[in-house]
Amino acid sequence: MKKIIEGLAYVLGNDIDTDQIIPAEHLVYSLSDPEEKKNYGKFALSGVPGDHAGLPNGNLPFTEDGKCESKYSIIVGGKNFGCGSSREHAPACMEIAGVKAVVAQSYARIFYRNSVDGGFFIPFECDKRLVEDIKTGDDLKIDLATNTLTNKTQGTTYDLKSLGEVIEIIEAGNIFEYARKTGMITQS
Amino acid sequence: MGMTITEKILAAHAGEKTVSPGDNIWVDVDVLMTHDVCGPGTFAIFKKQFGENARVWDRDKVVIIPDHFIFTKDTHANRNIDILRQFVKEQDLPHYYDVGTDNYKGVCHLALAQEGFNRPGEVLFGTDSHTSTSGAFGMFSTGIGNTDAAFILGTGKLWVKVPESMCFEFTGKFPDHIMAKDVILNVIGDIGVDGATYRSMEWRGEAVMSLSMEERMTLCNMAIEAGGKNGIIEADEVTTDYVRQRTDRPYKIYQSDENAKYIFKKTYNASAMEPIVAKPHSPDNKAKVSECEDVKLDRAYIGSCTGGKLTDFMAAAKLLKGKKVQIDTFIVPATREVEEDLHKEKIGSESLIDIFKNAGAHLGEPSCAACLGGPKDTFGRAGDNQVVISTTNRNFPGRMGSKQSHVYLASPYTAAASALTGHITNPEEFVNN
Repeated sequence: MKKIIEGLAYVLGNDIDTDQIIPAEHLVYSLSDPEEKKNYGKFALSGVPGDHAGLPNGNLPFTEDGKCESKYSIIVGGKNFGCGSSREHAPACMEIAGVKAVVAQSYARIFYRNSVDGGFFIPFECDKRLVEDIKTGDDLKIDLATNTLTNKTQGTTYDLKSLGEVIEIIEAGNIFEYARKTGMITQS
Repeated sequence: MGMTITEKILAAHAGEKTVSPGDNIWVDVDVLMTHDVCGPGTFAIFKKQFGENARVWDRDKVVIIPDHFIFTKDTHANRNIDILRQFVKEQDLPHYYDVGTDNYKGVCHLALAQEGFNRPGEVLFGTDSHTSTSGAFGMFSTGIGNTDAAFILGTGKLWVKVPESMCFEFTGKFPDHIMAKDVILNVIGDIGVDGATYRSMEWRGEAVMSLSMEERMTLCNMAIEAGGKNGIIEADEVTTDYVRQRTDRPYKIYQSDENAKYIFKKTYNASAMEPIVAKPHSPDNKAKVSECEDVKLDRAYIGSCTGGKLTDFMAAAKLLKGKKVQIDTFIVPATREVEEDLHKEKIGSESLIDIFKNAGAHLGEPSCAACLGGPKDTFGRAGDNQVVISTTNRNFPGRMGSKQSHVYLASPYTAAASALTGHITNPEEFVNN
């Protein structure tokens, strides 16, 4: 597990549901075919209404037209991030687009679980609402040793919540590696 | 301290005498359900993690119900059905309901009930957030992602954090024009889209227990719209009558203890309930129907796991009989069984299907259809900036198709009354006439 995560911020609001993260019409692509799955990067966060996409100004597409990777790799969200469907395509599409971490006030439980068990990225929580403080494009750094988020552009630092009981799964990489480490699965 | 139904079921499946909210436990799984959207990804992870030739933990406990993107020319969607077929063949799975055969069912959550997979006291996971629907049978059921589903396929187990429980009690009797959809939209409006996050939503009271299984399913279906982990209703005679018509398998009925701990309790007077809509773009954006009667509509949609059951169409048909709809109205039975019932069931001498046809409604094939938008050629998919009244469960931006469309969630009574007038309409007068 990386101890430092750095990248540009992409800021969203409350209740970013999985239909906004990846609209259902795109759920048809393979998640295992290396070429075909790039489509998920292309359409990641494409359902977010224009004026909410990339706060505070909005109308900043997460991925540029035709590209499969985003220049933004840390998502900053408000409350109830990832609500809605159980589609694992939601955290998967974000990872395919290059997301390394999400920092939100709170998560919907299936999205949180999928992010951790699938090992797509680390879902951090912060008691303080950061959506109004951080601007899309700000240069961020997350330090796992100190559980802090630093906004290098604005020179501010925030405390993140401890990852708590899921840290072991995150450190192992995903639920399968965790289960192998703890003897739940015996096959290699 | 006593335990809730949810705690008792989870304890029994973890081999523990007692569990408490917050405990992380491994539970044995009775049923794993997947469908065409999440099956292919689940199978790929299963093979990657357990080997190309690995066998599923228990063939009899895997249920595969294609239902999302069925009647479409989308080549990727159709390829995904082929992946389901291939896996079923490789693993020789007995519970598969193939597209284009007499065995095709339709929407998984109702099909699970109709095919006898919902049994009191069991633990059911599904790769669909509305798997909470099965909680109507006094069982623990919740939605999971592909990774967790693949883990179950290989091991038959999954880790679960025992949820805290919330209790929603309805005393008295619901008025005739109130449906379960009004009840759940009212509760979600009260507690918010994250009001039950990580929690179990338990439904109690004589008004709830007077509901049919289909109406109870509507209540539990939308637990996820409040962020809930599961919805649950204690099994009673209504439950066992339904279950016994569908399966001979054993089941176990659990009841919450008198001194069970609830983190939240609220009692509602059922007779005071009013018809409710959720306005765009969130299921908790609650308003009374009577406050929205000036909203002009472009179309009405009656269908989905939560709003496309026989009870829902019986309600709609009661209002549409002998009348003409004023806006495009889409009728999508959840399953083949519901579709067959539309031909069999009558009001007076007219079958429900004839009532809908004569009212000028459009009839679709059983599947999830436009509830979640889907490929561009999906029946009933919302276009442009259309304003839709729908009996489905989500009205997020773009959920039913176009990002510019506006969706109001409502009961089948309210949707049908509104289809007759072209604007959001209180069904009370129509129902009582």
